[in-house]
Amino acid sequence: MHFDTFLSGAFVYLAAAVIAAPIAVRLGLGSVLGYLVAGIVIGPAVAGFIKAGESVMHFAEFGVIMMLFLVGLELQPSKLWELRRPIIGLGGLQVVGTAAVIGLATYASGFGWQQAITIGLILAMSSTAIVLQSMQERALLKTSVGQSTFSVLLFQDIAIIPMLALLPLLAKNPVSESQAGTLIAGLPAWAQTLAVLGAVSIIILSGRYLMRPLFRMVAAAGSREIFVAFALLIVVGITLLMQQVGLSAALGTFLAGVVLAESEYRHELEMDLDPFKGLLLAVFFIAVGAGIDFSLIAKDPLKLIGLVTGFITLKLLVMFFIAKAVGMAKADASRFTFLLSQGGEFAFVLISFVAGLGILGVDDAALLIAVVALSMALAPLLMLFDEKIIQPRFAKVSQDGEADVIDQNDAKVIIAGYGRFGMTIGRFLLANGIKTVVLDHDAEQVESLRKFGFKLFYGDASRLDLLEAAGARDAKAIVIALKDREKSERILEAVRMHFPHLKVFARAVDRVHAYEYLNNGVDTVYREMFDSSVRLAQDLAVAVGKHPYEIHRAAALFRKHDEAIMRKAAKHQGDVGRIMDIVRAGRSEISNVLASDRGEEVVDETKAWLSDNRPDA
Amino acid sequence: MSAPKRILILYAHPRSRTSIVQTQMRAAISGIENVTIHDLYATYPDFMIDVRREQALLLEHDVIIFQHPFYWYSSPAIIKEWQDLVLESGWAYGNGGVALQGKFLGSAISTGGTREAYLETGRNRFTIEELLRPFDQTAYLCGMAYMAPFVIHAGRQMDDGQLSGHAEKYRDIIMGLRDGRINPLKHLAENHTPSPDFKAAYKAAQKGEKNAF
Repeated sequence: MHFDTFLSGAFVYLAAAVIAAPIAVRLGLGSVLGYLVAGIVIGPAVAGFIKAGESVMHFAEFGVIMMLFLVGLELQPSKLWELRRPIIGLGGLQVVGTAAVIGLATYASGFGWQQAITIGLILAMSSTAIVLQSMQERALLKTSVGQSTFSVLLFQDIAIIPMLALLPLLAKNPVSESQAGTLIAGLPAWAQTLAVLGAVSIIILSGRYLMRPLFRMVAAAGSREIFVAFALLIVVGITLLMQQVGLSAALGTFLAGVVLAESEYRHELEMDLDPFKGLLLAVFFIAVGAGIDFSLIAKDPLKLIGLVTGFITLKLLVMFFIAKAVGMAKADASRFTFLLSQGGEFAFVLISFVAGLGILGVDDAALLIAVVALSMALAPLLMLFDEKIIQPRFAKVSQDGEADVIDQNDAKVIIAGYGRFGMTIGRFLLANGIKTVVLDHDAEQVESLRKFGFKLFYGDASRLDLLEAAGARDAKAIVIALKDREKSERILEAVRMHFPHLKVFARAVDRVHAYEYLNNGVDTVYREMFDSSVRLAQDLAVAVGKHPYEIHRAAALFRKHDEAIMRKAAKHQGDVGRIMDIVRAGRSEISNVLASDRGEEVVDETKAWLSDNRPDA
Repeated sequence: MSAPKRILILYAHPRSRTSIVQTQMRAAISGIENVTIHDLYATYPDFMIDVRREQALLLEHDVIIFQHPFYWYSSPAIIKEWQDLVLESGWAYGNGGVALQGKFLGSAISTGGTREAYLETGRNRFTIEELLRPFDQTAYLCGMAYMAPFVIHAGRQMDDGQLSGHAEKYRDIIMGLRDGRINPLKHLAENHTPSPDFKAAYKAAQKGEKNAF
């Protein structure tokens, strides 16, 4: 592609996205539908700005690949384990049920059993891209129906692995066209299966043992661009590797994502790749819209309409039946059904895969692609139908049910800065079962602390997106435990502006720093050296003969008094003379307070006892 | 002659330095073999009482004495905290709570008021032993026998000679208890009858001792 044509193409796509998405969102249709319509408009069928989306599609599929990587990043193996029942139960039911029903319908209409199984499996997939994007826009991801839907999508994503591995076994002709350029072309079916499994294990192993040290090295360079470049490099690298073995790159990156989900660089990766993903996904949806082959529709519109309607109807029925079978409430069942009843982007991958294997004929494959693409285009409309027409009927009933929010990131406290100061705080919170997310900008520190089993992430805590990713929206408090004043100030600003609900607990490196916090309205400020100095003094006083209890009280009083003086002095920050006066006055005051607590100032107390006024001795 | 009794003094004074009477009492019994003085305010200035350690100490002794000024007709706060935490159900009382059965409990206190003030007709309206009933009953519930309290009234009004005389007497009592010269059973608090649990445990202990000789 020439640079000029690339630029003009990019201009068309970007312009379409920029114009269509806001309109669609304003109309309450969701951005996905906007992109799809924009694609149809600029595509060959209408305006003809772009030719068939084939080449763009390849490029845009990269967005799906990236999305799967990000989905993987969200899924630590532990979370995956938590969701194991809905994933396997609900997801398995969905894939097997849908594949069986559609497969039977296909078989009944005269296809061979191999084709019936293949088509059933392909059409059992839903569109992760459309559904996730739509759920995100509707803030459904954390609801129970969102979790169920996500579980199903995940099972589908995972089911791709055995499908890609096993579908070649259904082929009569093992040598495939589409794999002509790959390393495993020409191998017998069992060897291809083996190669697929081998590639998957390579990703898992390298993700586990190779990527972390690489990340640490890159992060240590301290430059954000290099980090972004490395993140992209990983995704591109896996894509290339997968292409070499003729496997779905989306799957490979998803796996890599899961493997990296427990890494401290997760949040940073998510944030750096998110804009790329968003942009590429938009291009993907536009390409799907543009790629709908209207000549095929024109040739036999009734047949295609019949197929699409039949497909969607079957899927709706199976989904609803499953939802009711697992006991979902009506509102949830309806949402679940309408969310998942479309073909998915994996279908494209699978279709070209099986066409390459010779299981499906070229014409059948083209028809199938059109059916899937149309169902995807209709999906946002179906969701809209559910949202505007069906859900309002349940609105009253479901109000209680909707409160059923599953907290994925229910960290109560964010600690920014995990040096000597923050670490003690983290350890204490951890020991008391208070969920904590830790952010630190020192890659080596993060690495070494993770060895102790802390849950911490690498990144600059003053960045809005990192705070967001750390769960600042749902957290209750943030600890600013950095020793760097400027950075602390930036974090405070970011928190004040975007997460004003967060209670701020701040480390002050000295008295003046504490004044600054106090004058900025942060009341919970702690001088880093103060408490340990008082503790040392306390133990020292006992060691040289003072009574422990007396000194215990004296230390508490001293602490309290000094805090009060500090708060008083803070009001006159900058006025050195005034502060000196306050501190000096405070000094003599504290001596009196302590003497009074020891009972020394009441010289006449013995007389009081003599006069037998008090019952004690 | 039986083996010497081991005595634990649980000492509590929040302003130890300002105390004259308690300081004298404490000095009088310091450094005696088989008498452990355990200063609660010094050991737990933050009130974080180590329950297991305290229970182990109790098991090592036969006679437990709370020594403290008589604040507001009772003990200083840390003794209450100590009781609340150390005398656990299932250990000191209740189901399986037999650890302290057969032991003796006592109080060694100093009051600001005179002896006359602690009479029905006095300004404090109740006698010391009436006011000490919670300790009496605590002992009963734990299967311990509660001894007659040792009290120094209005110690601050005494001259040095008088005060040290009282302190000496305190020392004699502690030594007598330790050596068996004083039979605590003959010096129980007014109207205190030990529980059957105490009697059974005490008898068993006596027998065990005889068999040992």
